[in-house]
Amino acid sequence: MKRIALLGMPNTGKSTLFNRMTGGAARVGNWPGITVELLSGKILLGGDMVEIIDLPGIYDLHGFSDDEQVVRHFLHDNVPDLALVILNATQIERQMSLLLQLKQLDMNVVVLLNMADEAKKYGISIDSKKMTELLDMPIFLISGKYGTGYAEAMQVATKALRYPTPGMAEQLRSQLEQDEHIEAEMARVMKHAVQIPAQLPDSLTEKLDRVMLHPWLGLPIFFGIMYLLFQGIFFIGQPLQIGVGDTLVWLRGSALEPMLSGLPVWLSGLLLDGIYNGVATVAAFVPIIILFFLFMAMVEDSGYLSRAAFLMDALMARLGLDGRGFVMLLMGFGCNVPALMGTRVMRSRAMRLLTMLVIPFSLCSARLQVFVFITAALFSPQAAPLVLFSLYLFSFAAAILTSILFKGKFKNNEPFVLELPPYRFPTGRQMVMRGRLEVKHFLNRATKFIVAGVVLVWLLTNLPSSAVPASADTLAGMIGAFLNPLFAPLGINEQLTIALIFGFVAKEIVIGSLAVIYGLGGEALGGALAHQLDWVQAYSFMLFTLIYTPCLSAIATLRSESKNLGFTAFVIAWSLALAWLASFTFYQGARALGF
Amino acid sequence: MPGTPLSTLHPGEIATIVAIHAEEALHLRLLALGFRSGKRVELIRKANFSGPLQVRIGTTDVMLRRSEAAKITVCKA
Repeated sequence: MKRIALLGMPNTGKSTLFNRMTGGAARVGNWPGITVELLSGKILLGGDMVEIIDLPGIYDLHGFSDDEQVVRHFLHDNVPDLALVILNATQIERQMSLLLQLKQLDMNVVVLLNMADEAKKYGISIDSKKMTELLDMPIFLISGKYGTGYAEAMQVATKALRYPTPGMAEQLRSQLEQDEHIEAEMARVMKHAVQIPAQLPDSLTEKLDRVMLHPWLGLPIFFGIMYLLFQGIFFIGQPLQIGVGDTLVWLRGSALEPMLSGLPVWLSGLLLDGIYNGVATVAAFVPIIILFFLFMAMVEDSGYLSRAAFLMDALMARLGLDGRGFVMLLMGFGCNVPALMGTRVMRSRAMRLLTMLVIPFSLCSARLQVFVFITAALFSPQAAPLVLFSLYLFSFAAAILTSILFKGKFKNNEPFVLELPPYRFPTGRQMVMRGRLEVKHFLNRATKFIVAGVVLVWLLTNLPSSAVPASADTLAGMIGAFLNPLFAPLGINEQLTIALIFGFVAKEIVIGSLAVIYGLGGEALGGALAHQLDWVQAYSFMLFTLIYTPCLSAIATLRSESKNLGFTAFVIAWSLALAWLASFTFYQGARALGF
Repeated sequence: MPGTPLSTLHPGEIATIVAIHAEEALHLRLLALGFRSGKRVELIRKANFSGPLQVRIGTTDVMLRRSEAAKITVCKA
């Protein structure tokens, strides 16, 4: 099968064009020579199936950022039959250097000058015929957003595929270093084919920036936008999540349970409480992930994400993170899983890992449920909001402490120079495709891992079969008893330890598991907890719940996003250690003070 | 005229790049974004609390940290 590689700088609309070409039917895959996954899709072009690969956006073919190395290694080990080079027509004067670098590789190239509609608005006129002549490469003006010029360009690409790239010139690097030659040629082509007005018209972007990046209004606006996004995601998402959950419970009660009633109890238990509940756990995340990425696509494609980075960078730089990391951290307060997936916008691996280390401390909505239940049971209505607020403060403190401690270990060595693209209206099509792709990605990667984890916990809390489920006689009970010396100094008893084992799967089931463990539900459970625990013990339990591993889905996401088992293990180990230390300090400190 | 670091410009000021003294990775990135000696840059704004700068070069708006901007020597127009 012939291969077309999409190449270009960041912010050229390359991914939009990729989506248009593949109709959203893309998959992630591995390639020889590189360690990161790339998106690719197969389409029918001129009667043949052709594979299209979306390479990361790069500024420079001989740069040394992670992405630039990926592209170079990809081209070296997988010479494409055709390179579709996408340039941003509004920035043609500096993007041409990449084109000329590629030209020297002797590759089969078709050039698409994207965003022709925007260039026109700026008064930039480009004579594509003249440029084709000067560069001796087919060049087309297109608008990936509206599809203008697209059909014509595809026809030429189809033709060009008949004469595939002869092979890669071996003296690639030495040739590439001829910067001076490139500069001279750039100047020549620019002079003859492009006219740019000396002063760009005062655009809408500039007017918007005057407000959005205002020295004093900028930050309040940023927090306002974040708040709206957050509310939007959960206002729409939570009913959907509950709806999915209710549907699955209904399906279980009305269809699966009668169907499996003939099976031995342990088998139907394994199938329903183990595997089916695992699948349901995964399914409950789907609406939130779709919504999160719909909204993130909006923030990113509109150009606001880099503005957020501008506003928050002063603080985040001191923590070894960047402004985009802060956006993800905030989103983590809704749900850690999509926030972890969202760190993909960071192109420096070290910074991305540090951000992924920090996000799990965000107090997500599932943990909030646990805290609301316990504070309602153990604290007065006056104290409860303060208790919840203090947990949010601890959440931030854990994140800040972690990033300060580890910023030296995950040292970002990529320069932080970011483009501020003009504001653009994201199209609905782009947003929907993004959401669909991310859900597919999550389901592919997380399902097996999560189901296996849920089954494991079910086995732990149901074996040996003679024991009452989740009681002290089960394996989980034995582990609880075994771990007791470790948890007793935190004021956490054996029953609560078993609940923490459940909480490893998902925080949503902590209260449910306590109901099973105590054999009580609802208010009766609250009463039993209030009777058995004092507020110091309860707060210590909540601190531990806040800081230790968020849930199996988050761990599965960490693993698939970092592609590094060691890092995932490190995140779990660090969060457990920090949780223990925080609870220990709190519990012993409070007791020493006489509470 | 003596050169000053880009980081010392005030919003609205226009200057010409004289030299870039950056390590290789930053140098290459700046080159790719269009930073070369002789090019005109305009400082659009500075973020509060010693935050980053917004700089316009050609048709592109770029944000960079003050520490990075300090490595670019400019000459005020």
